[in-house]
Amino acid sequence: MTSPLQQKIKIAGPSIVTANRTWDGIVVYRTADKGWSAELADAAIVRNSDEAKALLAEAVADDVGAIGPYIAPVELGDDGAIKPGNLREQIRKAGVTIELPAQG
Amino acid sequence: MYAYDEIDRTLVNERVSEFRDQVQRRLSGELTEDEFKMLRLQNGVYLQLHAYMFRVAIPYGTLATNQLRALAHVARKYDRGYGHFTTRQNIQFNWIKLSDLPDALADLAEVGIHAMQTSGNNMRNVTSDQWAGVAPGEIEDPRIWSELIRQHTTLHPEFSFLPRKFKIAITASDHDRAAIKVHDIGLRLIKNEKGETGFEVLVGGGLGRTPFIGKTIKHFVHGRDLLSYIEAILRVYNQYGRRDNIYKARIKILVHELGIEKFSREVEEEWQHLRNSSLQIDDEVIEDIRSRFIYPTYEKLPHMPDELRQAAADPEFEAWRKNSVAPHKVQGYSIVTISLKPIGAPPGDATADQMDALADLADKYSFGEIRVGHEQNLALPHVAKRDLPALWKALDKLGLATPNVNLITDIIACPGLDYCSLANARSIPIAQELTRRFANHELANLIGRLHINISGCINACGHHHVGHIGILGVEKNGEEVYQITIGGRADENAALGNLIGPGVKFDEVADVVEDIVEAYLALRERPEELFVETVKRLGVEPFKERVYATR
Repeated sequence: MTSPLQQKIKIAGPSIVTANRTWDGIVVYRTADKGWSAELADAAIVRNSDEAKALLAEAVADDVGAIGPYIAPVELGDDGAIKPGNLREQIRKAGVTIELPAQG
Repeated sequence: MYAYDEIDRTLVNERVSEFRDQVQRRLSGELTEDEFKMLRLQNGVYLQLHAYMFRVAIPYGTLATNQLRALAHVARKYDRGYGHFTTRQNIQFNWIKLSDLPDALADLAEVGIHAMQTSGNNMRNVTSDQWAGVAPGEIEDPRIWSELIRQHTTLHPEFSFLPRKFKIAITASDHDRAAIKVHDIGLRLIKNEKGETGFEVLVGGGLGRTPFIGKTIKHFVHGRDLLSYIEAILRVYNQYGRRDNIYKARIKILVHELGIEKFSREVEEEWQHLRNSSLQIDDEVIEDIRSRFIYPTYEKLPHMPDELRQAAADPEFEAWRKNSVAPHKVQGYSIVTISLKPIGAPPGDATADQMDALADLADKYSFGEIRVGHEQNLALPHVAKRDLPALWKALDKLGLATPNVNLITDIIACPGLDYCSLANARSIPIAQELTRRFANHELANLIGRLHINISGCINACGHHHVGHIGILGVEKNGEEVYQITIGGRADENAALGNLIGPGVKFDEVADVVEDIVEAYLALRERPEELFVETVKRLGVEPFKERVYATR
């Protein structure tokens, strides 16, 4: 499989780097202080391909912290709020769109 | 039930210790994800959208009650209180932590359950008819042979690094409930003129991106030669199967590109080197496996007990009995299918409480045995007819008595974009809406047998190609779009469905299915003509016309 860093990176708008945390698998976002957060609001925003490539390289290097990092589009609200840029990321952020079975 | 021996128990326990060490090394950073990925996949651990997913094997769909309770325990202790039964006699847990996985596997190992052969490019869980051993007219129990293949292929180095995953299914009944024609190898158990057990062998079936119906490669392979013949097929596949392109790596592509005649010649040549080797199976081996399948001691019971006669006055019981209860090979007993498709719920899900309660019911009414079918339903295989009314009441209290088996709301669906990292579109909400549209039992009965299959991407885990109505979710310009096929089927007359026209949006899918069903009701020649038969007789055009005339 091609490493994400070997793939051509082209972004069309504001983007973030997201992955799943290694020990428990939850969705995490790469932050500006070189860490991971479970909150999209904490994600570092990149606006061009060079920035995206650099953020992704840093995320890939942290193999113990999170797995499968990739660049995902986001939308920025007037107030600066970060929203997922597509349905997949919306579901990853908000959870499944169905009601889960009652805890049993 | 199959009683595992010391070798099986040692193998499963050693596997847990090995994986515990691998997980520890991964969490400490000693193993990178690239190094670890194949190891976790070989233990049924995938990464999905929100979390790791843990897939556990239920070989040939047979579960003992202590095993079902162990699955409930894993759901409750390590996951979110439920599990999802898949289309290949597995169960999946969607929210498990990597750090908890060794403990979950250890808990399952105590009752002989494991996750081997549930993922990776190896031989997968060998599946079979969920009614094996109890179906009237069955030639013999196909699970004996499933178990033989399981033992031979588990961790076999030659089958652990195949070009792609490899799936085998076996049936021994005229009516194919194991979907053998859409497997890499499909085996139909038959007898020759001398009364000896053997198999018609099909090869190259499969769904996914490039669907094919399996082709018969040999009309009769004697039981004693089964392993050598399968091995010959796998050797040819291992040698010529493509490893350069994941989309062309399955055996179906090789069979298609070589042609069944050439492929068959290659296999035959390979087989000549193998058939008289140590792979030839002694009768003793088969008898040893057979002896470890424990069958119930059935009572001599009447065909129509008083309890059943009295309960027949209750229309709700009768609706369930007619729908979910099937004849058993032993007089006075029945096979009960338990629908995991309640109206408005995700297909194939069961809560830990339901699993525990069902285990209690199986102990009480089914000699401690439960079966799992590829349609994502469960079954109790040995229920005395006198117990049917009491069982029905208990199942109803648990929400497990929806009388919709094989009807339009008995939908097969993959987890789709709600869970799956490969999916392009959601499957479960589409299934839920369709069950609400057709919730009326009289309407569903009027429509009759009709299978809807939904996949959230081209990988076809919901087997949409072989649904009477197949629904495939794709992504187009950032939106979920659904392509609809009709006329597919997964049984002994397996066929791939035909596209009816352009894809439709998420909100339109249920309307389109309603249109298709209305057209069918108007077009069928008689009430007994099934939807697939009407489609076969008339083709897609009248349905297409109905769906797209106003769209």
